[in-house]
Formats: sequence, C-alpha cells, structure tokens
Amino acid sequence: MRTLCFYFQIHQPLRFRRYRFFDIGNEHYYYDDYLNESILRKVADRCYLPANKVMYDLIQKHKGKFKIAFSISGIALDQFEMYAPEVIDSFKELADTGCVEFLSETYAHSLVPLISKAEFEKQVYKHSEKIKELFNYEPKVFRMTELVYSDEIGSMVADMGYKAMLTEGAKHILGWKSPNYLYYNSLNPKLKILLRNFKLSDDIAFRFSNRSWSEYPLVAGKYMSWLKAIDKKEEAVNIFMDYETFGEHQWAETGIFDFLKALPGKVIKHTDLKFCTPSEVADLLQPVAPLQVPFPISWADEERDLTAWLGNELQKQAFNKLYELKEKVDPINDPVIKKDFENLQISDHFYYMSTKFFSDGEVHSYFNPFESPYDAFINYMNILSDFEIRVNALTSKPVDAEVSKLSLIISEKDELLERYEKEIAELKASARKKNIKGTNAPEEKKAGRSPGKTPASKKKSGKVTSKSATIEKKSGKVTSKSATIEKKSGKITAKSETAKKTVKPAVTVKPSSRTAVKKIIARQGTSVTKDGPDKQSAVKSKPEKKKSGDEKITRSGIKRQL
Amino acid sequence: MFGWEFPPHISGGLGTACYGLTKGLTKIPDLKIRFVVPRAHGDEDVSKMEITGANDVEITERFVNYENFLKHIEYIEIDSLIIPYTDPEEYERIIRNSRNKEKSSVNTSFRGKLYFSGGYGGNLFREIANYAIIASVIAENKDFDVIHAHDWLTFPAGIAAKRVSGKPLVIHVHATDFDRSGGNVNPAVYDIEKKGMIAADRIIAVSNLTRNTIIEKYGIPPEKVITVYNAVEPIGESEKVSLKRSISDNIVTFLGRVTMQKGPEYFIEAANKVLQKKEDVRFVMAGSGELFARMLQRVASLRIANKFHFTGFLKGDDVYRMFSISDVYVMPSVSEPFGISPLEAMQSNVPVIISKQSGVSEVLQYAIKINFWDVDAMADAIYGLLSYPALSEMFKRLGKEEVDNMKWENSAYRVYEVYKDVI
Repeated sequence: MRTLCFYFQIHQPLRFRRYRFFDIGNEHYYYDDYLNESILRKVADRCYLPANKVMYDLIQKHKGKFKIAFSISGIALDQFEMYAPEVIDSFKELADTGCVEFLSETYAHSLVPLISKAEFEKQVYKHSEKIKELFNYEPKVFRMTELVYSDEIGSMVADMGYKAMLTEGAKHILGWKSPNYLYYNSLNPKLKILLRNFKLSDDIAFRFSNRSWSEYPLVAGKYMSWLKAIDKKEEAVNIFMDYETFGEHQWAETGIFDFLKALPGKVIKHTDLKFCTPSEVADLLQPVAPLQVPFPISWADEERDLTAWLGNELQKQAFNKLYELKEKVDPINDPVIKKDFENLQISDHFYYMSTKFFSDGEVHSYFNPFESPYDAFINYMNILSDFEIRVNALTSKPVDAEVSKLSLIISEKDELLERYEKEIAELKASARKKNIKGTNAPEEKKAGRSPGKTPASKKKSGKVTSKSATIEKKSGKVTSKSATIEKKSGKITAKSETAKKTVKPAVTVKPSSRTAVKKIIARQGTSVTKDGPDKQSAVKSKPEKKKSGDEKITRSGIKRQL
Repeated sequence: MFGWEFPPHISGGLGTACYGLTKGLTKIPDLKIRFVVPRAHGDEDVSKMEITGANDVEITERFVNYENFLKHIEYIEIDSLIIPYTDPEEYERIIRNSRNKEKSSVNTSFRGKLYFSGGYGGNLFREIANYAIIASVIAENKDFDVIHAHDWLTFPAGIAAKRVSGKPLVIHVHATDFDRSGGNVNPAVYDIEKKGMIAADRIIAVSNLTRNTIIEKYGIPPEKVITVYNAVEPIGESEKVSLKRSISDNIVTFLGRVTMQKGPEYFIEAANKVLQKKEDVRFVMAGSGELFARMLQRVASLRIANKFHFTGFLKGDDVYRMFSISDVYVMPSVSEPFGISPLEAMQSNVPVIISKQSGVSEVLQYAIKINFWDVDAMADAIYGLLSYPALSEMFKRLGKEEVDNMKWENSAYRVYEVYKDVI
C-alpha cells in the first residue's frame, strides 16, 4: 500500500488597524475591519469558493478515490462566519462527502505550546469544538500552526489523544532519510508523524507559475510522472500547502485550477498511489523510525524553523510581553478581553516583525500589511500596552492599601449612617406619637409616680399606669440619647466627608447616604468640618466611634424591644 | 577636483562629503588628487592630498581669457541674499558687508591674486566667477586627466577647466536647488546647475532621489547620471566624547539647519503629540537657520517650551556630545539628497527616524522611515523607540554594524570607475 496525502492549510489572520500610541487607554478596538473583510472577500471569491467547487466535483467524479484534508484556523472560521458564510456552507458540503478530513490545531493559529501546555490544550479544545459544531467532525489528527513541531509539542499532542501529527520534512532533521515514510514521535511512539515532501509541495505552491523555472510550465501529466518516479519502497507521499495556492498565490490565469482538475485522474489511472486522508495514512502504514526533533521546526522560509516568528529581539520581546499577561488574563471572565487576548496570539502578528529582508523578504512582504517590521512592532506593542491597561483595570488590585482601607471604612460609615438615619426617623416618629398621646401625660405622670414609690402595695391596680409611665420615662431618655447619637453621627459624617475628599476617585458615594450626610451637616453647621482631623487620625479614631455608636444602637434597640 | 569647502572650515554636509570621498580616493593606488578650494586657510588636513587655494594662484596674465569666459558662462551678478546655506554668524557678516559693498567687476589684490572669502557670502556669484577664472589658470598650468566638480558653486570652474584643457568633466551633485529651496528655485542657480550638467561627461548623484531630480527637473538623459551613495567617516577615538547625562528624561534630537528643507516644524508637531502622552522625554533642536524664530514661537504657543530645547548651531565635538546623550535622532527632511547626519548618529549608537524623502533612506535598513508630513507616524515612532526597548536595542546593535559597513572607500571606488569610464 502506497499513499498520497493532500492536505491544505486555511488561515486568514485578523489584521490590526493602525494603532497609534495616543490611542492607548482611549481606544480599545484593535482591528482593521475594512481590510479584513476586503481581503477575506477577495480570497473567498478567488480561491476558497472556486477551489471548493473543484474539490467537490473531483470527489464526486472519482467516487471515493480522491480524498483531501483541511485544517482551518478558528480565526479564519470566525471571519468566514462574519464576512463570507457561504464558504462555511461549501466546506460543509465537502464534509458531507466523507472524503474530507478536518485536522485539529490551535484556535488562534498561535505558537502557544512554546509557553504553556494548559493554555495549548484549551485552545486546541476550543478549535475542535468549533470543527465539531460546524462540520460534525471530530478531528483525530493534529496540525500545529505552520507545521511547527518538536518532540515536546508532539508528546503534548499525543497526551491530548491524537493519533498522528503533520510536520515539515525538514532536511536538517531528516538528513539522509526520506520524508516519504511514516515516522513516530520519539517521546511517545503512539503519535505518528506525517512529513511534508517539500520539493513536490513547493513545485505546486511556489514554482507553478515561475517562468524562469526550468520545469515551467508544469502540467498534470508531468507532475504525475514525478510521483510515479518515486522509489517503490517509499510509501507515503505527503503534499501539504496553503489552500490559497489555488487562485490566490497562483492566480486562476496561471492554469492552476486546470492542473488541479486533471491531476487526480492521472494519478489514479497511472500510478499505484492511493489518495488517503492523514488518519488513514496513520492507520494503514507502519511507522519506520522515531523522528528526533529537539528544537522546533516549521515549514517557513529556508531555515524551516521558528525564526520567521521569533527570530529577532522585536519578535521575542513582543511574544514574551504578551504571555507575561497570561496569568493576569486567566482569572478574568470578560469575553471581550478573552477574545482580544486570543487574537493577540495570532502568529502572523509576529511574522510581520521579521527582519529577514534578504533571504525570504519577498514572501514576507507579500503577506505583510505593514511597511516595515518596525511599524508592525510599534503597532503591536501599542495595542499590547492598551490591552495591559484594560487587564490591570479588571484585575483591580488595590493601587494603594491605605486608600482601599479608607474606602472600606467610608462604606461602613455610610451603612451606619443609613441605619442611624432610619432610627432617628423612627424614634422621632415614635416620639411624636408619644407627644400626641402626651396631652394627658401630666396626669399619668402624677398617677404613675405615686404608685412608683410604693410599687409593691399597688401592684395590681397600678399595673397598667406604671407601665405606661416607665415607657414614657424611657422614651424620654431615648430621645435625649438619640440627640447625642445624632450629634456624634454628625461628627462622624463630617470626618468621613473629609476622608471621602482625599480618596475621591476610589469611592462611589451612594446618593442616599450623601443626602443624609448633607442633611446632618446642615443641622450641625460647618464648624466640625473646619477642624476636621487629618486622614490618619480619622482612620484611628473611627473604629472607636463606630463601636460607641454601635453600643448605643444596641442599647436603644433593646430599649425599644422593652 | 573642485570643491567649495574643506574640513575644518565647513558649514554643511558638502565639505564633509568632499573630504570623505577624497580621502577614500587616495586609497586607490594609481590616482592622485588635487583639491582646489576658493580659499586655503592653511590648517586643512593635507596629509592625504594636495590642496590648492584659489587665493594663492596668480592670474595677472589671464585677463584676456577672463573676458572671453564671462561671455561663455553668462555671468550674472545679482545683489541677493538668497544664499545656499549659511550659518547665522556668517549671515550677519554678509548683511553688514552688503551695505558697503563695492560693485567693481574684478578685484585683484596686489600681485594679482583674487580675494576669496571661502564661504557662502553675499558676493557669492562674483566669487563663483572668480573661482572659474582661477580654475582655467590651474587647468592650463597643471597636468591632470579628469576634472571633478562638487555642486553648483564649482560647476563654472569645472566648465572653465574643461574648456581650457579639453579633459573630461565629472560633476558631483550633492544637492540641487529644488532640495534647498523647496521648489522656489532661484533661476540663476538653476541656470548654472543646468549648464554644468549639460557640459559634464558624467554626473554623479548622491542618491536615486537626486538622480531622478536631475533626470526629470533638468532634463538630463538617464544614462549620463550615476548614483554613488555617500558614506561616513569612522569616528576616531578622540572624537568619542561623551557627556554625562544630567537628567533622567529621554532625549530626542533634531540636528540640522533650521530651514524649510529640513522640516523642523514637523519635528515640533510630533514632539507636541508625544508630550501629550509621555512625561519623561525632552526634545532638542540643534541648529540654526531662517526658520529659527518661527520655530521658537511655535514651541511657545504649544506651551511645550519646558520640554523643548534649542541649542543653536553645534560644531565639531559638540555634535558628538549631543549624540552621546540622545535616545532618538529624527531627520524629518522635506527633501534631502543624501543626509549624512543619521549615519553619524548611528555611529554614536543612537536609533534614527528618517524621512522617506531622503537619499539615505534608500540605503539604510535599521532605521524607521516615515513620510516627513506624517506627524502621527513620526510621533508613534518616537514613542515606540522610547517605550519598547527591544527596538532601540536592535537599532543600536545592528544599525552600528550597518553604518560601519558603509565606507568611503567603496564610494570612492565607484567614483573611480566613473573616471575610468570617461577617460
């Protein structure tokens, strides 16, 4: 059994708008909607829709003999939903044929496994949920952003339960070995590794329309003969490329679609290679050897490593600064913050900062909305600065311990004041009642006092009157006490008012308590505020006052119960 | 080789460039240079070449030729103070001189030597013509293979020398009047420039920007114009002076003549934007020029004078001292044929922001390039360089490397190839 696997990467970054430093702290929207929409629309019309149609027709025509695999980043799916929902529909149609496999990856097309396993798993889970929701498909094979791979990343992927992973058949990793076999992860042999045949892949992806290429023009028959010429012992030919190759990187005018239409038929007819999806390859073939990749590789640039994203100090600083925020972002439950954090992780932002001017500068500038890597860096860092401000605001760590202590005291005082106010009002109301009743009070008093002197003798007859007298007496006391309370509470409010002034930005004063304070101050006059103590002494003296106030309240409360 | 100024007596980039190039040319074995300046002060660095001061050449026997010559170059005398570039002290002197200036046609001091001030003075056009006369004397008396004239001031001299000797003329354009005037070209200057370009066998432009100006604005056939980029002299140990920083604030520097060509107003507007957002930064405008008073007023009206400083014209070591305390160097030139000063800043480990309207932006990789009018982008770049250390670190390290690889020897070699081509 010899297999031929076609896999296509689909990703569209969410490009940031021009974000100047004076937007920091003022503007929290980071995206260039117009650019994102127009690019997505353009690519959808030129590539995704026509290419999907060709793929669909090919699958129908060859009745299960033609199979392909896609990995679509979550960011791309988001944008399809927003700007070109019909693309999603056409992928659904493809999914329904059963000849298409969808691969798993990080939702944001990020480089997160370099930083955190937990966050990596979270993003992968989010992506596979999305794939399941849209295409009713559970991915079993993993593909990391831009085919990034290392032993460690592979073992994380194996831990998540995937059976195979795709990566680049990088020369410096393989040495004399051929990419046309199935390999396995050196840390966890359960994870099988499919390697990209970069020569055959790039013949289509990069060289197809290059007129100075000795093999130009490339036609399906010629390509088929190259496939046929592969040693019969080599069993897995993997052709991986950007899906945008069809119609976008190579325009329709170059004949790329005709090439695509003709190729499967020729392959099926003239070679013994069988079209397989990655999971079929992993199931059907026996891995031949472990693949040792101690340092991450990718399919980008001549170096086939991470230097396209993390090659210079700009990229490294931006990347590290981003993930320094991770711990602060984790506990936040704000969906907008979460989404922005996800979008900040899109690997393309770091790609734009690459300073590899000469070797792969052309490819870099083709994909770059910025004029220079410095532009890209400054723009990203400005956005990150704003994001950091928002995150810090939400984690709301007390800026100043004293301020927070004071604001706590103030809010307690406010509550107290409200309670005092209520009681004063109640007591006043009850006192007024008593006064109304007290029109015949003098008689009662007299009557009450005499029996009071001899309580034992007049026990039975004087019961009712004596009771009313004590109540009256006590109520009199209470009113006098309430007056002192009022006075004291007045002082407290005056103090708390000064405290409030010093901590104004941290505190929001309840309107009700504010009016209460105003009323009391009006009654008490301004003398207290004038000689109001400083912050420190206010803090110290307050708890005592509060206590005495509480005591009085409880006492008066008891009395009322009596 | 005809120049107008030579270190240490310089007022702009022209002298520096001539010196560097000439020094580079002396490294080429089978090449001998005779450098002619209007006035040799005697303290020039003559270790590498022969310097002839036009004020030391006797011309008594050349009067006939002189009459002829005037007809040819249509010598125009205008009593104007529109002067290519000048420093303020000299400017004042010019004004004083112009009041008691006599307007006789040839002024020979005794023993038949002409008087040259050797600067950009009020009787510039007279001096240019006199210089041309001397050039013809030298051309007849000395032996040489190629005539090389730097900028319009020496073009008449170059033309005269070519006419007398019949040797090929290479003219070197460091700036055109379009750059200096911002479009309001002085017709007399333009005329001299164009005559020089037409008479020349080859034209060397300091950048593609200038090359395009020569082709488009002066109507010169493209195949005659060759771009040779300037370079920068490596700093000697003695020049590596540094100033102790007395303030912790970041310093952003503009260094150049305060004239329309250099775009000082854009620097001020960008400074204002940065200061709205960032406290710990100061701006320095080093240089003087005709817009100085207006810039001062603008800074005052924006109420940023407490953070924006003017130093006046800086000379010699002061330039390096200024660089040593700078965190960012900005060159917002509206039109800059080349612009050596960013290279000097990079040598001193200062990250640079340069306008795309400068020749130097064609060769630099490790610099932020902006449009001179895009004040937002300029402010953003300043803020970015100050706020995100990775960027300035990268510029310091790789920018230094880049600029160290720009050697006058390489430029000189390309000039030498032009010579070989015309001989």
